[in-house]
Amino acid sequence: MRIIDEAVLEDLALGAAVLGTGGGGDPYIGKLMARQAIRDYGPVELYSLDELEDDDLVVPTAMMGAPTVMVEKMPNGDDIVNAFQSVGKYIGKPVKATMSIEAGGLNSVVPIYCAARLRVPMVDCDGMGRAFPELQMVTHTIHGISSTPFAMSDERGNTVLMETISNLWTETFARSVTVNMGAMAMIALYAATAAELREAAIPGTITLAEEIGKVVRRARLEEDEPVETIREAVGGYLIFKGKIGDVERRTEAGFAKGDAIIDGIDEFAGQSLLLSFQNEHLAARIDGEFKVTVPDLLAVLDVDTGEPITTEGLRYGFRVAVIAIPCADKWRSPKGLELVGPAYFGYDTEYVPVEERYGA
Amino acid sequence: MRIGVDVGGTNTDAVLMDGTNVVSSTKTPTTANVSEGIAKALRAVIADSGIDTSAIDGVMIGTTHFTNAVVERKHLTPTACIRLGLPATVCLPPMVDWPDDLREIVGGNAHLAHGGHEFDGREISAYQPDEVREIAEKIRDAGLNAIAISSVFSPVNATFEEQSADIVREVIPDANITLSSEIGRIGLLERENAAIMNSCLRQLAARTVDGFKAALDELQISAPFYISQNDGTLMNAEFAKEYPVLTFASGPTNSMRGAAFLSGLRDAIVVDIGGTTTDIGVLQHGFPRVAALAVDIGGVRTNFRMPDTYSIGLGGGSLVSPHPKSLPHKEGGTSTTQQDSPSRTLGEGAGGWGDVKVGPRSVGYELTEKALVFGGDTLTATDVIVAGGSEDIGDKSAVAGLDPALVTAVQARIMEMIAIAVDRMKTSATPVPVIVVGGGSILVTGEIEGASEIIKPDHFPVANAIGAAIAQVGGECDRIFSLAELSRDEALDQAKGEASERAVNAGADAASIEIVDVEEVPLAYLPGNATRIMVKAIGDLVEAPPSVPSMNGGK
Repeated sequence: MRIIDEAVLEDLALGAAVLGTGGGGDPYIGKLMARQAIRDYGPVELYSLDELEDDDLVVPTAMMGAPTVMVEKMPNGDDIVNAFQSVGKYIGKPVKATMSIEAGGLNSVVPIYCAARLRVPMVDCDGMGRAFPELQMVTHTIHGISSTPFAMSDERGNTVLMETISNLWTETFARSVTVNMGAMAMIALYAATAAELREAAIPGTITLAEEIGKVVRRARLEEDEPVETIREAVGGYLIFKGKIGDVERRTEAGFAKGDAIIDGIDEFAGQSLLLSFQNEHLAARIDGEFKVTVPDLLAVLDVDTGEPITTEGLRYGFRVAVIAIPCADKWRSPKGLELVGPAYFGYDTEYVPVEERYGA
Repeated sequence: MRIGVDVGGTNTDAVLMDGTNVVSSTKTPTTANVSEGIAKALRAVIADSGIDTSAIDGVMIGTTHFTNAVVERKHLTPTACIRLGLPATVCLPPMVDWPDDLREIVGGNAHLAHGGHEFDGREISAYQPDEVREIAEKIRDAGLNAIAISSVFSPVNATFEEQSADIVREVIPDANITLSSEIGRIGLLERENAAIMNSCLRQLAARTVDGFKAALDELQISAPFYISQNDGTLMNAEFAKEYPVLTFASGPTNSMRGAAFLSGLRDAIVVDIGGTTTDIGVLQHGFPRVAALAVDIGGVRTNFRMPDTYSIGLGGGSLVSPHPKSLPHKEGGTSTTQQDSPSRTLGEGAGGWGDVKVGPRSVGYELTEKALVFGGDTLTATDVIVAGGSEDIGDKSAVAGLDPALVTAVQARIMEMIAIAVDRMKTSATPVPVIVVGGGSILVTGEIEGASEIIKPDHFPVANAIGAAIAQVGGECDRIFSLAELSRDEALDQAKGEASERAVNAGADAASIEIVDVEEVPLAYLPGNATRIMVKAIGDLVEAPPSVPSMNGGK
């Protein structure tokens, strides 16, 4: 068991931005919420999956909605508690802990608020090992864990509880209820026992985010090869260095999609990388050939400072390093690739693990 | 004729302009009492030109005074905040993200009440006047009269903020109230922060603006005066007392506006080189491009429309390393250069200077003591430029011994640093004109990659004061429209109307109003074709009403 205090929270949020692969929402509001809860209610206990009893019930908590709304209409706080407790009440069993469903971006830190307020522990694992744009894109889905009973709560005290036939249907209904709730809702979903999570979840991702955050923070202070330091910390590969030459954006079916062209510099001079994104960075083609695709992670870092650059932050003239990070093994199964592989996002290519192309 | 004044941290610059001609200009040190420094600068430009003060039509002042007050935690009035949005936003009360010392000074007196709106205009909860009245009474009983009022999505609908202000005024007749909707855009915490800062700066603003007035009276200048805002437009004295936060970051804006004016260009990159840093900004239609991200003032996040600038550690006083060994290097002198490759000597020749470094450390305002050409012992960027022969400053012989290869390498390095920074601010690979201003402009000796031309206008050292002198007045509209109810054209017209109305309220001549910027952002996730529309309108100053000078001439 470890303790998440304010200092750990800072690092965690920073590392979550790297794992957010350009998306996942700005952790700022989530971090402020978690920090305030830690100040008011004390630090949070973080348990590893091994430390839990087989039938301990874990209910993840998260925030869902439009980033523009989250910065304006912040949650009440009771809403997230309501969502969490409603799922427990429906199941009719005591809930032992909460966890993050998405270790990248905003939702890495939102459960800390819930854990602090209710004095329940948080579990060191998540369902993505990164950020993804849709609710069914979690390793729980691969292992047949249902997203329902699914609770969504607003600040007024409303809670919508649903049972669905598939996690994709949950995504569909959740989107429209979110709009009714003011384009933002607090959610609790994917209830599972520790025994199930040992099969289905990606372990250690909260600690991983914290460790990455520590590295980024140190690199900021020392300005000593931050990109290389981060690459090493995440066990990734430097696949490109270049200057952003062009960015094209479009909105399709509620998603912010687009492509950026990065012209190579230094050892990559003369080559060109095409980076495609949909909320997150999804695929990288060098000179027309797919080199890295989902579910592997693509982190775009400022070449000088190592700061992660979000999809909205991509701008002409930025000099960036592109780091590819192997995804969790679970995503590489046929079922995993069906959910989040290149084909699901409309890329006509086979998934090849990044180590096969870039490993020694 | 107009006088433009820029009060910076180090220098107070003033220019006297007759139409588009610069009649005279001056640079004087900024004084602890800002008004004294301004009076001195004004006296200098007037004496220099020999004009009669009655020929002055207006005085435009740009100042960093209010920013500094927040940064230094000085002269701040304790302020209460009322936020309308219950039951939302409870988990993050007002001032939650402020540094502890600043929150303590301001008082941390925060209250939540019902009200607020959703993104689409629905009410979050019913507004409760009695609740606001009770809060106002508590604030009165706590002895406060400075109050900021915020409401969720008030940029979309400000009714609740306005109604609350009326109630607060009934309870506290002399209340100094700032509504968040008057100041910021979407982003509740940042907008609310700006509103609180505004209320806590108002007392200082009244004193300072009266001080400016006194300085003008002393010089028998009866012309109206204006304060520049961070968007490159002006506000009159009364408006400045109401909205001091709108001066934050007006310095770089004035400098860029001055560059636009001096060069005659409306779309260009501006490189402003000072003693220690170079600020690069982008002119779009004659105005600075606005930063998309939150801006930190004294540790507090705000979301003003600040100019989007990128700074690098390069200026006239930048240290050059490796520091050649054979230069006169006094023991116990400056200790700023010894750690970089001490083994290098002047004799290494052309191939040896490939990794030469310029900045980020600088001798700053001590340039005239420490640089070689001024008899000092530190090799600065200015020394290298003088050695290169393009400028004749100070004692040229002091740098005669510099290796020409080093000079070439340093000049190339400077141009490379500028080129990379310029590139970062561009929006496409198309070459654009680059305007170079500021005292450190001499550093530019060659071509800038990606620049279609390089313009170093006359009067470049006082571009900031010129930017103040030529400023117009403007107004903005920034809110979310639902295109399910309005057509796009109707929404745009409405936004333009609101922006124009605000410009007129700020002192613009309605006949001269022109829309200079329209930006539409479709919002992903949101239904009903929700679109954020941002419009900016500007116009020429209307002749100041005669009542303005008399209103604050009391003390």
